[in-house]
Formats: sequence, C-alpha cells, structure tokens
Amino acid sequence: MPRAGPPRAGSAIEASGLTRRFGSFTAVDHVTFDVGVGEVFGFLGANGAGKTTAIKMLIGLLEPSEGSARVAGFDVRSERARIRRQIGYMSQRFSLYADLTVRENIQLYGGIYGLSDPQIRDRAGLLLESLGLAANADELVGRLPLGWKQKLAFSVALLHEPKVVFLDEPTGGVDPITRRQFWEMIYAAAARGTTVFVTTHYMDEAEYCDRISIMVDGRIAALGTPAELKRRFGVGSVDDVFVRLARGAKAETA
Amino acid sequence: MNTVALRAFVIKEIRHILRDRQTLTILLLMPLVQVVLFGFALRSDVRNIRVAIVDPRPDYATLALQERFAGSRRFQVVAIGRTTAAVEPLFRRGDADVAVIFEPGFGSHLGGVEPAQLLLAVDASDPNTGTVIQSYARAVIASYEADITEPDRGVRIVTVARMRFNPTLESVNLFVPGLIALVLTLVSALMTAISLSREKERGTLEVLLVSPLRPVHIIVGKVLPYLVLAFANVLTALLAAVLVFHVPFRGSLLLLLAESVLYALVSLALGVLIAARTTSQRTAMLGAMLGTMLPSTLLSGMIFPIASMPSWLTPVTTIVPARWFIVVARGIMLKGVSLPHLWRETLVLLLMAIVLMAAAVRSFKPRLA
Repeated sequence: MPRAGPPRAGSAIEASGLTRRFGSFTAVDHVTFDVGVGEVFGFLGANGAGKTTAIKMLIGLLEPSEGSARVAGFDVRSERARIRRQIGYMSQRFSLYADLTVRENIQLYGGIYGLSDPQIRDRAGLLLESLGLAANADELVGRLPLGWKQKLAFSVALLHEPKVVFLDEPTGGVDPITRRQFWEMIYAAAARGTTVFVTTHYMDEAEYCDRISIMVDGRIAALGTPAELKRRFGVGSVDDVFVRLARGAKAETA
Repeated sequence: MNTVALRAFVIKEIRHILRDRQTLTILLLMPLVQVVLFGFALRSDVRNIRVAIVDPRPDYATLALQERFAGSRRFQVVAIGRTTAAVEPLFRRGDADVAVIFEPGFGSHLGGVEPAQLLLAVDASDPNTGTVIQSYARAVIASYEADITEPDRGVRIVTVARMRFNPTLESVNLFVPGLIALVLTLVSALMTAISLSREKERGTLEVLLVSPLRPVHIIVGKVLPYLVLAFANVLTALLAAVLVFHVPFRGSLLLLLAESVLYALVSLALGVLIAARTTSQRTAMLGAMLGTMLPSTLLSGMIFPIASMPSWLTPVTTIVPARWFIVVARGIMLKGVSLPHLWRETLVLLLMAIVLMAAAVRSFKPRLA
C-alpha cells in the first residue's frame, strides 16, 4: 500500500520512563518512545502485555505511577484538559450509540468537542459523502453493518481534526476488504498531518505502519520500522518478529 | 465550550429517552398506575362491619344509637354487653371489628351541660380498614347527633377513638406522599443507574471521559432529562391522588415541587454512585433496587410507621432519604405546613444532595494511584 507522504518533523507523543503499577504488579515498566507528527505508529503486544494501560495513561484515563509523557506537546499529568481537545480516541469496543442515527452521533461528538452547528453540518456532509453514507444519515447506527460502523466511528473520532488519534484495535472482527479501506483512511488522515497511534493483533497491518513497537511484559522489546525489525531478527515478516519476542517472554499467556 | 458540549450531551440523553418508547411509556404511566392500584387496594370498601356494644346503663339515647348501628347497611351488631370485659373476648378472637362503648349516663349527659362521651375501639390490625371502620362509625354517630340537636347548640357527643393493635394510623392520604417518593426514587435512582452503567458496559463512557466533557457535565447531562421526567411524574401522581381519591392538598404546590426536585437530586446522585460502583447494567439495576427502592418503601415510614419499628432500626431510617422527604410531603399536603416547619428535613435533604453529588462527581474522576 503506498504511503502518501513522509512523517513531518517534531514529536506528537513523547513517553519517557512511563510506568504504571497496580499494587505489586507493574503493568507498564519504564517505557520510552517517540512518535513523530504525521506518523502511523503501530503499538503491538500480546494480550496483557500492557498496551491498553499505556494508552490509558496517554489519553488521561490513568495517572502514571512514574515517568512522564507529552501528547501533542502537553504533559499528561498537568495538562490533561488541553490534551483532550487535541486527541481523538476510538476504543476497542464500538464507541458510537446504536440507538442514535448516524447524523445524531455526528452531532453529539461534534458538540462535545465544541464545534458549532454550521461546522458540524459542513463536516457531517463531507464525512457522509466520503463514506458513501449520505443516504443512510437518518438510519440508526445499530442497523449498519459492522464494517461501516467502524469506518464511521473512525471518521467521527477525526471530526474535530485532532492532532493525534488513538485507535485501540480498530479492525477487530472486520472483513479483509473493509480492513484495507480502513487503512486507506488511516493513511489519508496521516497525510493531513494527523498522528495515528494504533494497536492491532493483525501482523499484516503492522507492516502498514511507519514504525512499530512490540511490548512484552510491560516493556518495549523492539522498536523500529517493520523493515528494520525484520532485518534485526533475520526473519521474513513482522509476525515472525512478534512470535520470537513473545516466546521469550517470562509468563506469556497469549 | 462547556455549554456547547453540555448541550450536545443533554440532547443525546433526551434522544436516548425518547427513542426507547416502551420504557418511556412505562415511566410516564407508572405514577398513575401506582396511585390507582395502591389507592384502591387500600381503600377497599368495608362492609359487614361487626360491631360489639358496651352499654353499662341503657337509656333512650344509647338504645337509639344501637338502633342506628343495627339499621345501617354497613354494620352488624354481634354483641351487646354491660361491661367491656364481656365483649373483650370477641375482639380478641377477631369476631368483632369495632366496639362502641357508652359511658354510664350517656343519655342524661346528652341533655345536660357536659357532653356525652363515647369510646370507639377499632381493630386496626389492618390499619387502613381500621380507618375506614372508624369513619363509618363516626358517621353513624354524627348523623344521630345532628338529628337530635338544634343547629346552634354545638357538640353534644364526644367520640374518642382508639385504634387497637396498631395505634399509629396509615391511610390513603398518608400513602400518596410516600408514593411520590417511591416514583421519584424509581425514575431518578434506578433510571440514572441503568443509563450510566449502560455507557460503562458498552465502553462509550470511556470515550466520553477522553473527550473534553468533564464528569460533572456527564452527570448533569444524565440527571437533567430524568429530573424533568421525575417532575412530570410528581404532577401525574398528585393529579391522580387529588382527582381520583380526593386526597387533600392543603399546602403550597410550589414548595412541594421544589422539595421534590431536591429529593430527586438525592436519588439521582445515589443512582450515579451505584452505577460507578457496578460494572454491568444488571448489577446496577439490582443495586438500585436494593439500595434505594427497598429502603424507600420499607424504612421510610411510607408503609410501616417508624414509631413501631424496633429501637435498633429507628436510627437506620435516618439515612434513608425518603424518610425525610415523606415527612415533608405529608406536612405540605396533609397539614399545609410551610418551610419554617420543615427546615430540619429540608436541611437534611440538602446536605444529602450536596454530599452525594460531590461523591458522584468524584467517583468518575480518572483513577489515580
């Protein structure tokens, strides 16, 4: 898949020694990484490796136990309110309201992010047009096929034009064609300068990322472009890199 | 941003409520159904009231009154005795519902200076039936009194009623304020708990918390539409009570509505707290039932008088918000009292509202440490 443009200069996310403990258990253990502006950054790891905890610290749902992080230039501890306006978030679970129509969902999220009514109307029009959903604007979201729902959820997460968008396993359960369309949307967003921070279980998707990090037991075990990692581990695919790292883990359950 | 975001959120909440037609219909009809059901269940017409008469010294007046009871459609004289002891066993066995006890010299008092005295002992083991029996008996006595006295001579018969087995009395009048509390609890606590835990269960709450919406917006947004609904419910319940059951309304409607809003806020905050502590809609619903509905029904004095509860239970009732609200609602509706007489209850509710709302907002703060 072709990439529209190279990442721009500057950091959209900087994590430094980021740590989170739950009692005696350390879920995220001194994680340090940088994500450039406009980069598509893949955040990989087995279940329980600490991905979700790390994301929650970055988006302000969890306070770090140690270390620091900046998102869109703001500190996750002290400038959480500012970060909220600059990021979009699509959770693992479907984040739109099934009992509201497509248009009502767009109005809701536009309003929450402080867009004016005319702004919402304009952007909703463009969004529906580009997704080919113009005819379904007044349909309940619950009635849409899963693939459309996910694409809609992503578009809605981008409605307020965030600097960074966090996608937590956005393509779970979606068919291959829709996944491909989804990645085209991700590239288009990155080309407009939006930084994309994405977690996934699909290793073929990891290959689409500019850079990936692989978390094992709360630490980042590997970080680099897919090509670099394959070279370093002497394997043919990111999948092999992942399996090799995960197998070396102490108490891996995946 | 605050108002724009909040407005968007409130609109969403209203849409949720309006879209779920079945639930909305149930919620709107509930107060009506409850008032009517409770009202009829409690006001069941009482017939064939078995009356025992204690007449130590029969005279023209006592005999005339006995005639009146015997002639009444509703009463059935089952025993006439000279002493209380003679009718007591009937009462104990449940073979008599009411005893009419004349004082000696009843008839001569009627014509004299002092009024004639008469005691009604009513079996109030079912308090509501007891009330009805008492009022029917009083009606018989009053009609006799009216027939024998000239209009300007004032009261001639003093009837003292004693409720046996259950000295504190509950009636449909006392019930309606309790019902209002119940309906408010149901709509406020239960519905907010369900609607908030639904967001939690589906993962949408997380997305809201990542957005610029603050917990206080989310709570206000959840609470506002249900507050309006609760308001409509209070009016429906009141209207049904006054129109169908002629429950008196003596105080200020405005004050009652204001106090209702206060009580609804307390319940809404409880609903939010319950949702915060539970992880699924089902447990939230059960939690709301157990934590708010049950105490509001059983420990509030709505059905069972607090005075007749065991002494260890009485202090427990003070933490039940409905207990305070019912005092307020009864005071306003039945006694027509105003705020200066209700400041203590109002203050308790106000404090509860503030503390619980603060706790509710706190419970949604992203987890620290």
